[in-house]
Amino acid sequence: MTATQDAGAVVKSDEVTLTIDGIQVSVPKDTLVIRAAEEIGVQIPRFCDHPLLEPVGACRQCLVDVPDAGNGRGFPKPQASCTLPVAEGMVVNTQATSPVADKSQQGVMEFLLINHPLDCPVCDKGGECPLQNQAMSNGRGESRFAESGGVKRTFPKPINLSPQVLLDRERCIVCQRCTRFSAEIAGDPFIELIERGAQQQIGIAEGAEFLSYFSGNTIQICPVGALTSAAYRFRSRPFDLVSTPSITEHDASGSAIRVDHRRGKVMRRLAGNDPLVNEEWITDKDRFGFTWARQDDRLTHPQVRDEDTGELRAASWPEAFAVAARGLKKAKGKVGLLPGGRLTAEDAYAWSKFARVTVRTNNIDFRSRPHSAEEAAFLASTVVLSTTVTYADLESAKRVVLVGLEPEDEAGSIFLRLRKANRATGLEVVSIGAVNTRGLRKVNGTLVPTRPGDEAKALTDLTDLDSSTVILVGERLAGVPGALSAAAAVAQRTGAKLAWVPRRAGDRGAVETGCLPALLPGGRPVADAAARVDLAAAWDVEQVADAEGLDAHGIVAALEAGDLEALVIGGVDPADLGIRKKALKKAFVVALEVRSSAYTELADVVFPVAPASDKAGTFVNWEGRVRSFGKVLDNPHSLPDVRVLAGIAEERGRAIGFRTPEAAWAEMTQVGPWTGARASAPEVSTGSHSTGSVQATSTGLVLASWKQLLDDGRLQDGDPHLAATARPAVILASAATLAGAGLADGDRATLTGPLGSITLPVAVGEVADGVVWAPASAPGASVRHAVGAAGDAVTIGGAK
Amino acid sequence: MIDQKTRDELAEIAARYPEKRSGLLPMLHLVQSVLGQVTPEGIEACAEILEITPAEVSGVATFYTMYKRRPVGDYHVGVCTNTLCAVMGGDAIFARLKDHLDVGNDETTEDGKVSLEHIECNAACDYAPVMMVNWEFMDNQTPSSAVQLVDDLRAGKEVRSTRGPKICTWREAERVLAGFSDGLVDEGPAAGEASLVGLKLAADKGWTAPKGADQ
Amino acid sequence: MTTAPNQSVLTPVLTKNWGDEQSWKLSAYGDYAAAKKAFGMQPDDVITAVKDSGLRGRGGAGFPTGMKWSFIPQDNPKPKYLVVNADESEPGTCKDIPLMMANPHVLVEGVIISSYAIRANKAFIYIRGEVLHVIRRVQAAVAEAHAAGHLGKDIHGSGYDLDIVVHAGAGAYICGEETALLEGLEGRRGQPRLRPPFPAVAGLYASPTVINNVESIASVPSIIANGADWFSSMGTEKSKGFGIFSLSGHVAKPGQYEAPLGITLRKLIELAGGMRAGHELKFWTPGGSSTPLLTAEHLDVPLDFEGVGEAGSMLGTRALQLFDETTCVVRAVLRWTEFYKHESCGKCTPCREGTWWLTQTLSRLEQGQGSAEDLDLLVDQCDNILGRSFCALGDGATSPITSSIQYFREEYLAHLEQGGCPFDPEASTVFATAGAKA
Ligand SMILES: Cc1cc2nc3c(=O)[nH]c(=O)nc-3n(C[C@H](O)[C@H](O)[C@H](O)COP(=O)(O)O)c2cc1C
Ligand code: SF4
Ligand code: FES
Repeated sequence: MTATQDAGAVVKSDEVTLTIDGIQVSVPKDTLVIRAAEEIGVQIPRFCDHPLLEPVGACRQCLVDVPDAGNGRGFPKPQASCTLPVAEGMVVNTQATSPVADKSQQGVMEFLLINHPLDCPVCDKGGECPLQNQAMSNGRGESRFAESGGVKRTFPKPINLSPQVLLDRERCIVCQRCTRFSAEIAGDPFIELIERGAQQQIGIAEGAEFLSYFSGNTIQICPVGALTSAAYRFRSRPFDLVSTPSITEHDASGSAIRVDHRRGKVMRRLAGNDPLVNEEWITDKDRFGFTWARQDDRLTHPQVRDEDTGELRAASWPEAFAVAARGLKKAKGKVGLLPGGRLTAEDAYAWSKFARVTVRTNNIDFRSRPHSAEEAAFLASTVVLSTTVTYADLESAKRVVLVGLEPEDEAGSIFLRLRKANRATGLEVVSIGAVNTRGLRKVNGTLVPTRPGDEAKALTDLTDLDSSTVILVGERLAGVPGALSAAAAVAQRTGAKLAWVPRRAGDRGAVETGCLPALLPGGRPVADAAARVDLAAAWDVEQVADAEGLDAHGIVAALEAGDLEALVIGGVDPADLGIRKKALKKAFVVALEVRSSAYTELADVVFPVAPASDKAGTFVNWEGRVRSFGKVLDNPHSLPDVRVLAGIAEERGRAIGFRTPEAAWAEMTQVGPWTGARASAPEVSTGSHSTGSVQATSTGLVLASWKQLLDDGRLQDGDPHLAATARPAVILASAATLAGAGLADGDRATLTGPLGSITLPVAVGEVADGVVWAPASAPGASVRHAVGAAGDAVTIGGAK
Repeated sequence: MIDQKTRDELAEIAARYPEKRSGLLPMLHLVQSVLGQVTPEGIEACAEILEITPAEVSGVATFYTMYKRRPVGDYHVGVCTNTLCAVMGGDAIFARLKDHLDVGNDETTEDGKVSLEHIECNAACDYAPVMMVNWEFMDNQTPSSAVQLVDDLRAGKEVRSTRGPKICTWREAERVLAGFSDGLVDEGPAAGEASLVGLKLAADKGWTAPKGADQ
Repeated sequence: MTTAPNQSVLTPVLTKNWGDEQSWKLSAYGDYAAAKKAFGMQPDDVITAVKDSGLRGRGGAGFPTGMKWSFIPQDNPKPKYLVVNADESEPGTCKDIPLMMANPHVLVEGVIISSYAIRANKAFIYIRGEVLHVIRRVQAAVAEAHAAGHLGKDIHGSGYDLDIVVHAGAGAYICGEETALLEGLEGRRGQPRLRPPFPAVAGLYASPTVINNVESIASVPSIIANGADWFSSMGTEKSKGFGIFSLSGHVAKPGQYEAPLGITLRKLIELAGGMRAGHELKFWTPGGSSTPLLTAEHLDVPLDFEGVGEAGSMLGTRALQLFDETTCVVRAVLRWTEFYKHESCGKCTPCREGTWWLTQTLSRLEQGQGSAEDLDLLVDQCDNILGRSFCALGDGATSPITSSIQYFREEYLAHLEQGGCPFDPEASTVFATAGAKA
């Protein structure tokens, strides 16, 4: 329903005309010769060159002859075309026309191959290897090195750079793409060139592994098979794989990925190349987090609770539809719907329409995390339908203000863009938060040290904001009264651009499709009669319920109180909303899940729904950009949410009008966005609503907390190598705070909050005074369940 | 162990430069003077002070040949075997020392006293064949003088550089390379004989540069 | 030696005080009169004087020093830096090290004048780490100069500030290459940088930087003191002034000979008492191992930039390594090639992999294995390295090979015919004749 128009029109900069292989070509100034040659269809062989990395000219494979540099004089030696910018009147002869260039390239290729093992038949890269391919196109057939009795350099095989990334040093051609990526793009120079000369190799420091959230990108850009992942190594051959373009389901980045599968099994995922979104990079979670959908607990058939035994038993799809429909009918609209934040837009739309048309309620909320009415109002006024900020805007902004957002953990692609912009243009990044994180330091950002809860004031107090500023607010701000109101007001006042960055892939789509108690699809406010009439007409129903529904907290409370009798739930961890087993047992529960979970065991009807790989669909990313993808695998054992909800609705006699994602999308387009008045922005003042958490006093310690990229999330299950690269769980506080608690760096300490206690090692960090940081989620250390939420009052003390 | 004093000195080195990372090479010399080699601990300490990663320090520590990743003896004995010295006798000296000390290249004698290494041209070709002990010149060597030299070193006898002071230990030398003076600057001659041949000849012949404007 | 104004064959200037008592001390050196004189001039006039003198870089490439200084963009708001290249590691080169040992103050004074000219307030002297006593002497000279008010704030009331940092390297020939040196000075692996940008625009810390050889900078005080004309009255038409010629190897009196550029090797050997008794010159390097070998045919080549260039080699660092007929050229070349392999920084393919292969081919040839075709293979490998590598180290690696095959092909073939080296290595040692061996 929203779409950012891909602004493809590049402003024409000064053009430079040169002649390559006798053909005139005009390209923007500063273009490198290697890329200008591509314009006339000449592929100059290359290894170290990568369009997104700074030129190094190290491998010398791309040498060309330049008889005229544009000033009438030629270069006496062949030139590396990957480092040579074009010049007006320049004449370049590549291997296609110049014997000198051709011999130079053949010579370099020969040198590269003398020490390269001949293990293409067993190498993971075989079949998609730039070295293999270019050796065929630009190399010589037989090896004069071997003929002349040459002895190859050997290394003991392979070494782990991290639990996930392995290095075969013999295959490495030291093009430095991996080290340059890590240093330039990710800001994680944990791998480096070590040793010298012929012994030069890639390495890590003893005891300091390559633990970068972006490490997998190095495997992908390695032009030989030197870097491999523990996950994919020796598993498959490129030519056995079927590749499907897709979009990541792990975060709201909308990152393009490529999913490679073989015989019904995903073997690996790669970054897609989308210059407007993720460029060529993805996080390790996006890359390696795919085994979750094939764990043993994957649901493979519908289940219903047997009336006689009280146990769950397998059921046919029709039976399950019927049982669900009957149960919901019995609840007579006393139903709540919790669809979670991982749905495709089509599925979310189906949930939204199912609530309104089939159940006839507005009791629907996708938010299974701290949330507030203020946030709902903010989403309805400021987020839905908006495409105010794009990745490109981050690059062209003068300043980006982060509030309640840690991009490296919560939105990796945004982190990479901020870093790129900071390096290229000096973009100033300001973070209103409690911790000066590694991520912030890597964008040379400035911390405005702020106790959780005080973000609104800190933001309001910022000076020098103007239309060249972008404000990015994280979903965590829902837990801070007044913060989102302040963000909207500051943006309004200063002209700064404002965007909301949720964590999950389906969050933004859920907003657009109205999976909220006061918001209908296409940004239609429930409270607006005209909007309701418009939607009812589009849906061909008599009316749409006019009462604002319950939000997720309200749904949970009502379930406990017995005010709601049925619950439709999917993709939610009940603990995140504090739903107790008792409440689930009491209600009629319909669960739509990929894998069995805490509540599928307690549900009355369980439907196995399809993971993103098994269906087509669309994610709307944080920019509001539509990211559609196709189905990768055919799996008859599960169905998209759309199809399940359609089945129940039809049994219920109140059909939603479509059964497939494609049909849902067609209808969504038809219904379109609301063009009438938007809800107005919230004007909540600081401290005026309760999020259900205990707000800290000004004297005690406050908890700062968020989810790190790699945590205990179910979508990371099944790859132990990936899990082993997660950052260890620690409690961070300033040296002063720790000293005040009688603690020192490395001690174990007990953190206590409203929900209880947890014991973890402590470390000194650049944390605002009076604040303690701990990970919201970590394997075996989920602070959000064990201790409390950000903003809660906590205490810390030595562990016995 | 890298104690607080060493940490302070490492930081002091870094502070000599407009950008602290510039201190890394001398800092690694100091690490060697304290630890007798570059160890992961030393790498970590430099990384912390310079706010770079241990991998970045490792990349540097493994690039330069003067940084050692195995313990070095009290006396690092280098024999130049680059072409000119090799031809003039360096090869014979090196072979003789390997045999005499019963160690290979880049190895240390069992008593931990002498580490032997064949080195590249040390800018003393006019004194070929040249040896270096703890990076002090030992000019115009022969196989027998070399054997005498290492024997004296192992026996703890005082050994003087042919163009420098009494030989200190390798660790002490590394400290000077880190930029901390040892007060030995005024020992030894200004120049060796070969450095002066042209000058002496000119004096004998009365050759000089022309008189300048100020003379 | 076309324009020598007097009959002096040698012209000691930089070496003049090396024989003096404690010549390295400030008290023996003098009162930095040239620096004081420079402070009385406009910086641009100092640059002009150095330009007019015709001084060309003494580090090997011979780039006009004054012109290099004038490239520093004075409108660039960043600080300017002077970096002295005291890495002296080119095989055969041994002039900067004795200069710094005996006469460090001439370098420090040169640094002051040069920094003043380019308006740098911080200068660095990057000395190879393997010369402990030299480092002591330079460190102490800087400290003495500081204490005497020649360095620091508002030097001699000129309003000009300068500090010098003495930086010890750690063993890497490549750090003599100026951009690799900057990497080393920035605490990184000494691998050469892409050019452009040139150091004059973006060098140390991406700021405008002049990098000069020790001898170049040490020549500056005499130019300022005596005038540009004085300097250019020595030397040849395009190679002005004097330079230190370092003779080593099979010559009777190896050592340092400071003479006007353009002197011939024949003359120098004569000054050095001839080749060692009973032997004759076979081959020599004019300016270090990276400059193609010459032979006895080239004894009368004027040793200036143009003359040696015309003879098919390069003046380089005037590191004259002389080998007599007892020396096996194949052994010599193999050893140099092993040096380049050891010192290749590893950044670029042709040098890293090429030297790996060259050493193998050469070493088999030296052992009398292989075939005559291997010589063509060697020449072709060199062709694939020369001008293809990232920096001049790779180029230098090919010089001894191609030049030795050019002049001594027969000797390579003799190894094949005999199944090994026809030379007795003992015969070429210094102690062979002296009976000092064993
Ligand atoms: C591999 C290599 C090694 C070099 N080593 C030295 C050196 O040790 N000392 C030096 O002054 N120049 C050396 N140079 C030359 C420098 O790059 C640079 O040209 C010189 O320092 C400039 O100073 P100048 O103009 O005063 O000669 C070397 C160049 C290369 C390519
Ligand atoms: S030629 Fe290449 S590998 Fe050799 S030293 Fe230069 S950059 Fe390094
Ligand atoms: S691609 Fe140009 S040098 Fe590597």
